[in-house]
Amino acid sequence: MPIDPLFFWAFAALTLGGALLTITLRSAVHCAIALIASLAGVAGLYLLQKAEFLFAVQIVLYIGGIMVLFLFVIMLVNLDAAARERQFHKRWWAGLAATLATGALLIYYLAKGASGLRAAPMPAQPAGNTEQLSDLLFSEYLLPFELVSLLLLVAIVGSVIMAKKRIV
Amino acid sequence: MGTITPTHYLVLSAALLLIGTAGVLLRRNVVVVLMSIELILNAVNLNLVAFGNMAGQLNGQIFAIFVITVAVAEAAVGLGILIALFRNKETVQVDEIDLLKW
Repeated sequence: MPIDPLFFWAFAALTLGGALLTITLRSAVHCAIALIASLAGVAGLYLLQKAEFLFAVQIVLYIGGIMVLFLFVIMLVNLDAAARERQFHKRWWAGLAATLATGALLIYYLAKGASGLRAAPMPAQPAGNTEQLSDLLFSEYLLPFELVSLLLLVAIVGSVIMAKKRIV
Repeated sequence: MGTITPTHYLVLSAALLLIGTAGVLLRRNVVVVLMSIELILNAVNLNLVAFGNMAGQLNGQIFAIFVITVAVAEAAVGLGILIALFRNKETVQVDEIDLLKW
């Protein structure tokens, strides 16, 4: 028996369990820790799909970068009062109805189209995943790559301006 | 257990997207709402990688890299806005932030 399905179910349970805890726990720090578990599960699923570079990016950028950013903000912003109040707002039924409608739509289309989905046999990889990705990124996708660097510059300047106390 | 097909990944990512949507629409705490947006973006990435593998090419993974980059920019700017908001309004509850409502 191949070992892959076992890992898939383990990582899927980690991902969904962490996600459920993220949206239900009371304290924001506990939510952040549950989110780390969920993101680690997604990283494992990337590895199962032979996307090694994305696996590394997920660990370094999401778990290492974004989560530290979240924890810093949780420290800067006083959340003690928020943790004691209601966690779901008054019109929760409207949000739940919208979520369930989206779910019904997704189930309908997945049931309709899933039978037509077949995995193409992966062509033999002449090189490592990272090497192939960089070949593609720096040739075919060079313009979007450069545009993204511009977006990051704008985001850096924007977030500094937003968090600054007084703009001189 | 059976073998794992692309459909498994699609169903998993749909479930993750729904959990993220519920978090965005139901929670009052803005920090948790931003975390739920990260969950949604992760579900999309999972889908992109699964479809890319299904087609037998790497373009899906390239798209996932771009989505991750945009997610980082979104998180940085969103948390900056959150700090500015907390400084001015002293609250992080979405239903108390109603400056534009009349």
